[in-house]
Amino acid sequence: MKILVCISHVPDTTSKINFTEGDTKFDTNGVQFVINPNDEFGLTRAMWFKEKQGASVDVVNVGGAETEPTLRKALAIGADSAIRVNRQATDGFEVAKELAKVVKDGEYDLVIAGRESIDYNGGMVPGMLAQLTNANFVNNCISLEVEGDKATAVREIDGGKETLTASLPLVIGGQKGLVEESDLRIPNMRGIMQARKKPLNVVEPSETSARTEVVKFEKPAPKGEVKLVDPENLDELIDLLHNEAKAI
Amino acid sequence: MSVLVYIESEQGKFKKASYEVASYAKEVAGMMDTSVTAITFNAEDTGELGTYGVDKVLKVSNEKLSNFNAEAYADAIKQAAKKEGSKVVVLSQSADSKYLAPLLAVHLEAGYASNAVALPESTEPFTVKRNSFTNKAFNFTKITTDVKIVGLAKNSFGLKEAGGDATAEEFSPNLTDEDFSVNVESVDKATNKVTIADAEIVVSGGRGLKGPENWGMIEEMADILGAATACSKPVSDMGWRPHSEHVGQTGKPVASNLYIAIGISGAIQHLAGINAAKTKVVINNDPEAPFFKAADYGVVGDAFEVVPKLNEKLREFKEKNA
Repeated sequence: MKILVCISHVPDTTSKINFTEGDTKFDTNGVQFVINPNDEFGLTRAMWFKEKQGASVDVVNVGGAETEPTLRKALAIGADSAIRVNRQATDGFEVAKELAKVVKDGEYDLVIAGRESIDYNGGMVPGMLAQLTNANFVNNCISLEVEGDKATAVREIDGGKETLTASLPLVIGGQKGLVEESDLRIPNMRGIMQARKKPLNVVEPSETSARTEVVKFEKPAPKGEVKLVDPENLDELIDLLHNEAKAI
Repeated sequence: MSVLVYIESEQGKFKKASYEVASYAKEVAGMMDTSVTAITFNAEDTGELGTYGVDKVLKVSNEKLSNFNAEAYADAIKQAAKKEGSKVVVLSQSADSKYLAPLLAVHLEAGYASNAVALPESTEPFTVKRNSFTNKAFNFTKITTDVKIVGLAKNSFGLKEAGGDATAEEFSPNLTDEDFSVNVESVDKATNKVTIADAEIVVSGGRGLKGPENWGMIEEMADILGAATACSKPVSDMGWRPHSEHVGQTGKPVASNLYIAIGISGAIQHLAGINAAKTKVVINNDPEAPFFKAADYGVVGDAFEVVPKLNEKLREFKEKNA
C-alpha cells in the first residue's frame, strides 16, 4: 500500500496572531511552525501501517522553502520520502489541485490529510482532493483499518459516530482518535540523522487555480474584563446570566 | 438564479441550525434581489421553512438517502443548483455539511468560503467575513468564481422570521452507483442526549474535579439547564470521560450561547476551541487560572462547594421561570 500524508505547516498553537502590510499578511515574525496537529495524528497512523502492514509512506506539503524543516520533522518521525510543491498557494482549492497532481503521479492508494489546518481552518482540502482524484472520501475520521483494498473507517458525527466501509483509493480527513495523543512520536536523534539523508523532492507547481482570495485579516475586538461573582452570592451570577447575558 | 440552501433534518425534523441557514440565505437573496430555494432530504413537514424566508422547497424523498451520504447528497444538491440556476449555495457547518461542501465545490466549480460569520460585505465582488486561526482572527475572503458556496458558522447569525409561505415540490435527482461507494455500516448515536454541536448551553469539567466519580454534579447541572456535557483534553486523555466530550483545538469546537467551565484552567488549546461560545463562565479555585482572562463571568472558589450550591439555585430559577 502506498500512503501519502499531507502535511500543513502551521503556527504553533501558542503563537501570537498578528498581521502586517495593512492587515493583509500573517506576521511570521517570532512564530514557531509545526506539523498541523490534525495531520500529525494521521502521520502517526500511517507509521502504524508502515510497521504492521509494510506500507510505504510519503509526505507532501504545498509551500515555499521555509516549510522544509516541517517536512524534515515528518521524515524524522519515520516517513520514507518527502515532496514539496513549490507554491505559495492562495486558497484551499489551489492546494487540492496541486496535491491531486502529486497523488495521480505517485499512484497513491491512501491519502491521509487532517480535517482542517489550525491556521486557515478551511476544512476543504481533503474533500476537494478526493473529488479531483475520483477517490472515496471519509471526513472527521477517528479510526482507520485497511485490509487488502477495503477500508473500514469511523467518522465522528454530531452526537456520535458512524462506521463506514469503502474501497481504495481513499482520502481521509483525519483527526485525534486515528491515534491517541500519547501515541504521537517525538523524533529521536537517529531519526533526525536519517531524515537528513532521505529524499525531499521539490516539484514545480502547475497553473494557478485559486477560486477565493483573502482580502484582509482582522483581529477580534479586545475582550472586556471578567466580572467576578462572590461564591457566597451566586444569585448574582444567575441574575447576570439571565438579565445581562440573556444566556439562561 | 435563486439562492439555494441545504436544510438538514434528523428523523425528518429540522434543527435550529437549519432555520439559521435559511434566515441567512433569505438576507443574501435580498441583497441579490432574488428568492430562496431549499433542498431537503426525507423531511416531513417543510411548511415551517417559509417562516424563515424560504420561498420554494425541493423535497427529495429517497429510501437510499435515509442515512447521510456525502457523495450522494452533494450530487443531489449539485443537480438542484443547476436546475435553479443558483449562483449562491448556503449550508451550515455541521459535521455532515462540512463533509459534503468540498465535494459540492468541485462539482459546481465553485469557490467555497467556510466558517462564515456574517452576511457578505458585498455581493459584487462577493466578500464574506470568516473565522480563522481557530477563532483568534477573522479574514475577509473574496470568492471569484461564478458559483459561490458559503458555510455559515453555527450561532453566528441567529434566526430571523420573515413570515412567508414556502411552496413544496418533489425533486428526484439522478443518482448513480458511484454516489454510494462509501457505505454506512452502523450509526452509533445517543438519541436522548443533547449534543455539543446542537446545545445552547455546554457544561464542561476539567482536571480540577479530581476524578470521574465527581461528575455527578456536572451532569446534574447539564440536566437542569438542558445542556450538553463536555470536558478538557487531560480529562479525556486520562479516560475519565469519553473522547467525544473533549472540546478544544483538537477536540470538538463549541459555539453555544453559554459555556460553563468548571475546574478547567484554560490552556490556550482549550480556549481556541471554545472561543466562539457567546458567554463564558469559569468556576475555579485558582484566581490566576488563564480562563479568567477569557471568561465573561467568573467565580473564584472550590468547585465542590460552589457547584452544588449553584445547582440548587439554578433549579429554583428554572422552576420559577418554567
